[in-house]
Amino acid sequence: MAESVLLAGGTVVDVDGERRIDVRIDPVSGRVVEAGADLDVVGSEVHDVSGAYVLPGLVDVHVHMRQPGREEAETVETGARCAALGGYTAVVAMPNTTPAIDCAAVVREVLELGRTAPCDVHSSGAVTIDRAGETLAPMAEMAALGVRLFTDDGAGVQDPGLMRRAMEYAADLGVTLAQHCEVDALAAGGHMHEGEWSSRLGIPGQPAEAEEMMVARDLMLARLTGARIHIQHVSTATSVAMVRAAKAEGLPVTAEATTHHFTLTHAECASYSPLFKVAPPLRTDADVEAIRAGLADGTIDAVATDHAPHTQESKELPFEQAPPGMLGLETALALAIGHLDLPMVDVVRRMSLAPAAIAGVADVHGRPVAAGEFANLCVLDPGATWTVDPTVTASRSRNTPYGGWTLQGKVIHTVLHGEMVVRGGEALR
Amino acid sequence: MTSLLTAEQLSLGEVEDLFGLADSFLEVSSRRMPKVPALRGKTVVSLFFEDSTRTRLSFETAAKRLSADVMTFPVAASSVNKGESVRDTIETIEAMGIDAIVVRHRYAGVPHQIAGWTSASVINAGDGAHEHPTQALLDAFTLRQHFGSVEGLRVAIVGDIRHSRVARSNVALLASLGAEVTLVAPGTLLPPTVAGWPTTTTSELDEVLGSVDVVYLLRMQTERMREHLVPSLREYRARYGLTAERATRMKSGAVIMHPGPMNRGVEIAGEVAELPNALVVDQVRNGVAVRMAVLFWLLGSGVGPHDGPVESDPSGAERTVDG
Repeated sequence: MAESVLLAGGTVVDVDGERRIDVRIDPVSGRVVEAGADLDVVGSEVHDVSGAYVLPGLVDVHVHMRQPGREEAETVETGARCAALGGYTAVVAMPNTTPAIDCAAVVREVLELGRTAPCDVHSSGAVTIDRAGETLAPMAEMAALGVRLFTDDGAGVQDPGLMRRAMEYAADLGVTLAQHCEVDALAAGGHMHEGEWSSRLGIPGQPAEAEEMMVARDLMLARLTGARIHIQHVSTATSVAMVRAAKAEGLPVTAEATTHHFTLTHAECASYSPLFKVAPPLRTDADVEAIRAGLADGTIDAVATDHAPHTQESKELPFEQAPPGMLGLETALALAIGHLDLPMVDVVRRMSLAPAAIAGVADVHGRPVAAGEFANLCVLDPGATWTVDPTVTASRSRNTPYGGWTLQGKVIHTVLHGEMVVRGGEALR
Repeated sequence: MTSLLTAEQLSLGEVEDLFGLADSFLEVSSRRMPKVPALRGKTVVSLFFEDSTRTRLSFETAAKRLSADVMTFPVAASSVNKGESVRDTIETIEAMGIDAIVVRHRYAGVPHQIAGWTSASVINAGDGAHEHPTQALLDAFTLRQHFGSVEGLRVAIVGDIRHSRVARSNVALLASLGAEVTLVAPGTLLPPTVAGWPTTTTSELDEVLGSVDVVYLLRMQTERMREHLVPSLREYRARYGLTAERATRMKSGAVIMHPGPMNRGVEIAGEVAELPNALVVDQVRNGVAVRMAVLFWLLGSGVGPHDGPVESDPSGAERTVDG
């Protein structure tokens, strides 16, 4: 019979703040059985985590698992392993697979693939059939399988009439519509942020307004319909300001921002490396500042990764031909700690509590670290420094833009439903 | 640095070195036997992913006049068309033993990418809407030849700046040589922002026509109408075309340039292209000498991108060999 696991000497940070306590986990029930000062070590497998933080497992509302259809870039299993190594215990898989996750059958396949993964894998569902923006997808049949987030991610729903109906329909189901905000007609042909750098580099850009127009439209539709809207990967200062105003007005809106949108700018594109091509594109210094401020004051609820694996070959195409997207799961927590200047409790809010609520999994993830709660945890050594090596990753792809960066803060253990899936920085399954 | 990827990368000293070499090679080109053995044993590959007969011939002529072996990579007929990646193509070519790759691609930045995959010198012969550094060098060389110096010249670059690699290279080079560059285009044909560019901007050609020393016309692509960038070629010609009437309003002594190929009747009237102050043919002639200079500068022994002056005259050194 498995003995209990004791995380001893760490500092717990959760919804109740920060405190120095030990945590005993029962791998059989998958729950925290005891949390308190100086717990008895007898009968437990003891892990000394002194100097480390014990946090609720992270939750990512925005991950591309590439399965089904693009298994050469990533699978549910390898993506989930990246997540576990990054301290995540739950992720939401985006629907832009082949075929798209737009019906119960594909949802079932993704959930089945995730069943044995080292991280809880939740599926989003497409808003429209094949994400084509023309016909509503059967949201109720997907919601019945547990889908709580619907998005055509990779594209925005262009037709405002259709988006309105989708929001009205979704509201009755108790699910949330999420939007990749990008007006195609304005963004078309643009491969980076339109501005100083696109002008110099001769790369066609897309203006910030291509995102902002759809953010504005969807906030208005939230007012019209009363339905919840989640704005995905907010990347511009004006988008942040609009979300802030909408929240002040009391509209039911949440927002996420990616790690790359608060760490990198369009100046990176001067290398012409497609590693820096992403949608929405890397923006200006002022936008990066606005994203950080939005995460600080809670305008932006959640940090997401938009983990988007792409094969080496596709990232060696000319910039204008390469697909957008970058890896993120294994580097996100260290980047958030290093670049957001937030107290740890706010990091936990942005990376665990809030995304758990948005993903509709707050009954299991982002919980207090207390007796009786599900043991979904991550243990972070805040002092450990490490250098990002693109070849050292659990992903099938290598397209991190952070190769060579030295980061501070490393996930040492990840506990999923009472089981250590990452121990000492190594994935156990 | 062993590659020429942008005009922006060139220091004033390097440009002067290149012009000095080009002077020598212009003399070589005028000989009965216009060939020197300066790059004998060197192999230059021309790799044009985008068709360009003029630039390719100019580079290949330059390489041959320096006695380099020239391989023309037939992109259209090659494995590239069967889906081979640029990187695989480069690694294949490199394995054959080469010294320089002259590359043209329809997308910006490809020469930069290639330079990361090969130890051969990479010469950018035009990448998307980014840069075309040898065009700017030959343009500046032509102006220096005609006016004695580029410094202080007032240059209007007219037309589709937004999509023009020629414009980006010329802005960088001409401004660094002390010219005053004005971009002339409607807002739709300007880059999204020119903040920080060493230029002034106007949407009216007639505003600057009488005061500039150089009217540099860019090729107007006919597909721009479909992208809503100009209403019609007729309207474009009316506002920006160098018509015979406009040519008469140019400042005395001012010259007309065009990188070719010209759309006669659109950006330049047919008879204007034939005027004595149109330097289009000089540009082409100088193009060979300037490209010889670039090849020799990158591949020739003892010369290349550096901080000091050129130590020897390559054509003089070879004169005894070549007669």
